[in-house]
Amino acid sequence: MGGPQVSEVQGFVTESLGRRGRVPEHLLQHLIAVQQRFGWVPPVAVESLAAELDVTRTQVRAAIAFYAFLHERPRGDFDILFSDNITDRMLGNRHLLARLAKQLGMGTHETRADGRVTLGLTSCTGMCDQGPALLVNGRAVTGLTAERIDRIAALVGECVPLERWPGDYFRVEDNVRRRGLLLSNADADGAGLRKLVDQGPAAALAEIERSGLRGRGGAGFTTALKWKFCREAPEGDRYVVCNADEGEPGTFKDRVLLTSYADLVLEGMTICAAVVGARRGFIYLRGEYAYLLPHLESVLARRRAEGLLGESILGQAGFDFEIAVHLGAGAYICGEESALIESLEGKRGVTRKRPPFPVVSGYRDRPTVVNNVETFLAAARVVRWGGYWFRGEGTDQSAGSKILSVSGDCARPGIYEYPFGTPVRRVLIDCGAERTQAVQVSGAAGTTLAPAEFDRLIAFEDLSTAGSFMVFDQSRDLLDMVQNFAAFFAHESCGFCTPCRVGGALLRNLVEKVAAGQASEHDLAELRQIGGVMRQTSYCGLGTTAPNHILNTLDKFPDIYRRRLRSADYTPSFDLDGALSEARAIAGRDDDAAHIPETLPTTAGAAV
Amino acid sequence: MSNHFTLDGRQLPFVAGQTIMAAAQAAGVYIPHLCHNPDYAPHGSCRVCLVAVGRRQVSACTTPVTEGMAVDSRCESIQANRRAVLQMLFAEGNHLCPACERSGNCQLQAVAYYTGMLAPHYPPFFPRRPVDASHPDFIIDFGRCILCELCVRASRDHDGKRVFAISGRGLASHLVIDSPSGLLGDSDFAATDRAAHVCPTGAILPKHKGFEHPIGERLYDREPISKVGDLRAHEDEVDGNE
Amino acid sequence: MSDKPRVATVSLCGCFGCHMSLLDIDERILQLVQLVSFDRTPLTDIKTIGDCDLGLIEGGVANAENVEVLREFRGHCKVLVAVGACAVNGGIPTMRNQFSLRECLDESYVNGVGVYHPGIPTDAEIPLLLNQVHPIHEVVKVDYFIPGCPPSADTLWTFLTELLAGQPIAFPYTQIRYD
Repeated sequence: MGGPQVSEVQGFVTESLGRRGRVPEHLLQHLIAVQQRFGWVPPVAVESLAAELDVTRTQVRAAIAFYAFLHERPRGDFDILFSDNITDRMLGNRHLLARLAKQLGMGTHETRADGRVTLGLTSCTGMCDQGPALLVNGRAVTGLTAERIDRIAALVGECVPLERWPGDYFRVEDNVRRRGLLLSNADADGAGLRKLVDQGPAAALAEIERSGLRGRGGAGFTTALKWKFCREAPEGDRYVVCNADEGEPGTFKDRVLLTSYADLVLEGMTICAAVVGARRGFIYLRGEYAYLLPHLESVLARRRAEGLLGESILGQAGFDFEIAVHLGAGAYICGEESALIESLEGKRGVTRKRPPFPVVSGYRDRPTVVNNVETFLAAARVVRWGGYWFRGEGTDQSAGSKILSVSGDCARPGIYEYPFGTPVRRVLIDCGAERTQAVQVSGAAGTTLAPAEFDRLIAFEDLSTAGSFMVFDQSRDLLDMVQNFAAFFAHESCGFCTPCRVGGALLRNLVEKVAAGQASEHDLAELRQIGGVMRQTSYCGLGTTAPNHILNTLDKFPDIYRRRLRSADYTPSFDLDGALSEARAIAGRDDDAAHIPETLPTTAGAAV
Repeated sequence: MSNHFTLDGRQLPFVAGQTIMAAAQAAGVYIPHLCHNPDYAPHGSCRVCLVAVGRRQVSACTTPVTEGMAVDSRCESIQANRRAVLQMLFAEGNHLCPACERSGNCQLQAVAYYTGMLAPHYPPFFPRRPVDASHPDFIIDFGRCILCELCVRASRDHDGKRVFAISGRGLASHLVIDSPSGLLGDSDFAATDRAAHVCPTGAILPKHKGFEHPIGERLYDREPISKVGDLRAHEDEVDGNE
Repeated sequence: MSDKPRVATVSLCGCFGCHMSLLDIDERILQLVQLVSFDRTPLTDIKTIGDCDLGLIEGGVANAENVEVLREFRGHCKVLVAVGACAVNGGIPTMRNQFSLRECLDESYVNGVGVYHPGIPTDAEIPLLLNQVHPIHEVVKVDYFIPGCPPSADTLWTFLTELLAGQPIAFPYTQIRYD
């Protein structure tokens, strides 16, 4: 019984401080290391880190409370979190969780009394093409089946350490189904970097400009412009950050790019560094992809050995660039670039005020380029093959290709690369989707499409997308999707601004009320009103896009709401009879007068 | 080069780099706000100072003015959104004005009056948040905290103490105190701290001074905050200091 | 039957302070009875409600009987008004929402100072308490809200005269108060 020895924790913290550094920016990385080592962050670790890093213990605790994968209480020896994206639900994750809980003799959201195992749910883990999936002590297990669950129950029961679990449980497939401009020209020969050195950074920037490349994270800011702003910033340090916090439900392309195309991503970052004059870069890797860390570290080490990274890159004196991988710890908001920078600085991932934009004042208040994984990869290819090569595909406003993460109701989920301007229908045909009822483009924050819209185009000027593409066939109840997304946004709001923090929770509660068959027309009007306020007034993109799925489905699929309404035009906001439960228990009563009937009138004119 | 913009149709001057809020305040035009206090860096979290710039709604406290910008602070959609944001704040916390010593001197209440809010509208959350009365001079009622972070900023940026922080996320975000027990009485907090005097609600209150001014004769009882100004301008009156 | 608008009023989980404030309109009450006729209200002591044009609700919803009465009012009133802080947002009684119902009852009937025969009453005649106290708009649709603890007599007068005259309700600044 009892936690780890105080001296053991202190020793580990001291070692971590020695290895990762003693600046406040490293707080989050230390906390993640402690969490991974001990299964929680013991108080002595909080005190040691606060003392060593010149932060208050409250700031340390506040960070722990912010990130879903950090805990101030011990978790089970096996900390098992089922991915709970709607695509996981469609593949039966809830049944599998219940099955595992039953076999382990515990509830679905708790730590077992003996401390052996914790069960729970987590936001989308980026394995939608091979779900249902779970994380055990931060490691992804894919392709869950009843048999696999039974075996996991046995492994946990026998206390078998993860290193001795069957290796294929942890296998993550790339599932690249369609290679386009980038993925079919992906040889990692360092040619882009050589061309940069031969022709100079200005020429590289000119190619990027010529290509028309825009950010692949969804917002579509012109990449050359961003780099140029940073390049032209006053003297001093500047930074290059690769946003690999791929948290948008249903997207997993960055997982594949970092697995099989890491060299090109790193090359793109290095080119960017040369263009903007940065000497340090970061990959902010979402905690769910922590399993990629050893792989990325080895690629970084090899590139250093090959002279493609580090000091005097390709023998060029003064061309120095180093990349460190920083882990996230379960916070969707950190995909927003200013929240990502806060997190990179070791703090709670709360959005920053803009302006100034990161390109003017980012990491450590210095000019910082933050780009998506796919953007860096594309940039590397553009410098290698030229801007015209890139813009030979796509549309006027959307040059090149887009890599989509396709999941849901289709025969062949996986990665598909298309020229921009490709209609949704084409993707559906290619992935083997049939009887499609709806497509959710660009994740939970994106657009819900009805069949009448399947001729719309994947392009910034029509359907701007970070790449998530979730398919729902006619057997699905889309309210399940709405419930899933509404709970997701309420869970992932950073809490900084009022409309997102409170409005998100109000929306979730109203959607639950609809699902429970207790809602009225009034509640549908409320959903619209709150959604509208959030869209117009929220501080950052999370809040402004969070109501999209509700507003879209209210317009395009009104029946998923209407068929569940109670007949009244106004219904109570809580379960009236349920609200007498404590009093009934205390008084030991269950007579008629101890209940509130559902049927009394609640609006004018309803009484005869 | 003229450095002018229009606010509700009035042409006003501005200095390069000034926010809409700062330029409006300099010209004596009131834009309702809660998390903004000119003594501290703009924050932008409460969203009450929304104004319309073209088709976008932005927070006046964080948005720099640009030449020729046309800002609308009075249109009905702005007023309605401000009201909705205030209603969310009232529904989120435990704002029981009749039981609050700050009532009448409360900026949250005053701004709600200003926008014509008659009711919180949304189903209340009734968060369970215990009161911290451990400090000899001050009390904290966490149920009234609107997460504006003014005490966090004042303690960190002015007092040099970092007594306060925000913990958790989403609706579970909450104010925490840096002391071994988590109680205010065990922290470095002092009545003379700036952090003790910047709360726009009744969350951080001096003890023993509650009813020196009777209800009905308080700051915002007779005239709106647009005329009376922020608590900041009336601190001695409100906190009962000489 | 008079063709004057019929008005009903009730206090749910309130202190009758809002009703007292209504009486504070003083001699204007003579004008009011010219304008309306009263149905169920503590002012007339009529115990059951008939069809009404206007229902004024004081107090929040704290027990099963409050729910029943509130729904009767909603069913019989064309226009329903939340009058005062407790009806509007639950008011002072919601301070008990900081505790479980068991804690509240234990404090009152078991552990409280001066309790002689400790024990929580379970008589079936006593309406059961809700787990929490709620504002009335959480139970029924509310057409107007008048804040205040209580709303002043002038506030109530403004509301009644403007509503009865068919005008939009516009309170001067000093008549919107939450305390």
